[in-house]
Amino acid sequence: MRHARFSLAAIGHLVPWAIAIVYFYAAPDYLSFGTQVMIWVLFAMSLDLALGYAGILTLGHAGFFGLGAYAAGLFAIHVSPDPILGHLAAVGVAALFGAITGAMILHTSGVTFLMLTLAIVSVLSEYANQARNLTGGDDGLQGIRLDPIFGLFQFNIFGKTAYVYALIVLFGWFLFAWRIVHSPFGRSLDGIRQNPRRMRAIGTPVWWRLLAIYTISAAMAGSAGALSAHATRFVGLSVLSLLTSGIVTVALILGGTRRLYGAFLGATIYFVVQDYSAKISPFFWEFVVGGMLIATVLLLEGGLLDLGPAVLRLCDRWRARQGK
Amino acid sequence: MTATPVLSVRGLSKNFGALVVAQAIDLDLAPGARVALIGPNGAGKTTFVNLLTGFLEPDDGTIALAGENLAGLRPEARVKRGLVRTHQISELLLDNTARDNVAIAIAEREGFAWRLLRFGKEWRRCRDEAQERLEEMEIGGIADRSVARLPYGEQRLLEIAIALSLRPRLLLLDEPAAGVPSHETEVIHQALGRMPASIAILIIEHDMDVVFRFALEIVVLVQGRVLTRGAPAAVSADPRVRAVYLGTAAL
Repeated sequence: MRHARFSLAAIGHLVPWAIAIVYFYAAPDYLSFGTQVMIWVLFAMSLDLALGYAGILTLGHAGFFGLGAYAAGLFAIHVSPDPILGHLAAVGVAALFGAITGAMILHTSGVTFLMLTLAIVSVLSEYANQARNLTGGDDGLQGIRLDPIFGLFQFNIFGKTAYVYALIVLFGWFLFAWRIVHSPFGRSLDGIRQNPRRMRAIGTPVWWRLLAIYTISAAMAGSAGALSAHATRFVGLSVLSLLTSGIVTVALILGGTRRLYGAFLGATIYFVVQDYSAKISPFFWEFVVGGMLIATVLLLEGGLLDLGPAVLRLCDRWRARQGK
Repeated sequence: MTATPVLSVRGLSKNFGALVVAQAIDLDLAPGARVALIGPNGAGKTTFVNLLTGFLEPDDGTIALAGENLAGLRPEARVKRGLVRTHQISELLLDNTARDNVAIAIAEREGFAWRLLRFGKEWRRCRDEAQERLEEMEIGGIADRSVARLPYGEQRLLEIAIALSLRPRLLLLDEPAAGVPSHETEVIHQALGRMPASIAILIIEHDMDVVFRFALEIVVLVQGRVLTRGAPAAVSADPRVRAVYLGTAAL
């Protein structure tokens, strides 16, 4: 039984990647949609490290996403059209910003911290709005031209290159995140989330640990932003909006925090539902997503990832009652 | 006094505004000391613990651990130097198993806790050692259980097991028997009796039964100052101590 469960889990790990690969061949006309989903999976996963694992209550992740997007776009326009260099620069900028702002505010926690993250992302957003010469203001950043990746794979309107590029970047970050959450470092973050007093009493430098994961999370969100800028060759002011922070939080909570895969499920469901219900009515989708979120939070403690186990539990209970 | 004291407190003072909570406290603890700190409510026992552990900065005075001045050191740095405490109300990782609660502390002690790579073998060693610490407290059988489901008495023992796993030189036990139903306090007594002899222990306790069974010396704290220090029998016979606890009318 234990063995069977183990191999079932091993197959489970392959599912998201198998779907991503099958989708590439099965839906060549909708690759840009798939790319968008993977970008938001990465973004939600970055939030999971900070919010889910380390318990850092933030609504400022749009700041890192947006900063990464603008950095990647501006790098392509002003420095070099090489996408790999641009991506690395964007990750570096987001990480640096995460480290600096984290160092400024991580001595606080809870609602105070939440308000400070809101303030920081608002400042960024307003700066991007005002600095029209640099960012294009509310027209967005246009005119991004990219060289082919490694000089071989050209970005085009069909989005094949962007899709594979996003998939590889996502996979890389996933392996890194997996390593983190299963390492002693990840365990100490989980401890800090549960009880910071306990962790200080065993000698954990709580502030440094939080700063480390906040910086890593910022880098990851910045990477998602860079992917977004590269995939669409456009950066809109909305990347820095509060709504962006809100959407990624909703997607993560919908899927389930602290499992990494919650980000996969949540972001996918969010955008699939948005896409389908928006076709029926442009305002209807928010209602559907809102309803799903309420149902999930009320009924499933661990997000939609808990749907399977919850149904199995119900079946067991039903069968037990039948057996009586 | 030939050996360097494990703990040496000199002239430790702290005010909260006009309220004096610690007033020129002097206290030495030798290696292997078993000292109880007692005093009526509001005597400044908690403040004293917070000053020692570094959660409060003193207004005046020094604290030295094995000869090293602790001034300006953060609480976690003091833990690394061997000043370890348990909590009056259990502070545990409720979602984790009992064994992982101890293993995480050992990983921190050994400096593995920053690791992202090649940690499998070290983590297994941490868990093996954690099992040993639990067995010393005679709670080896609950290692795999989630802490949230443990009875409070076993949570208290787990607190002590975590503290011992950090290899303290000085252990502050903050009311180790608090909240434990009376029929389980015997287990706590026995656990206290098994503490390694080399560790200096300062126990803060209201339960006089625990104090008199465990402590070789008693320090009485009243209104932020040390009233007296001595053997349990002498302290309990001291009329000043009785006056503090019972009021002068009882004499």
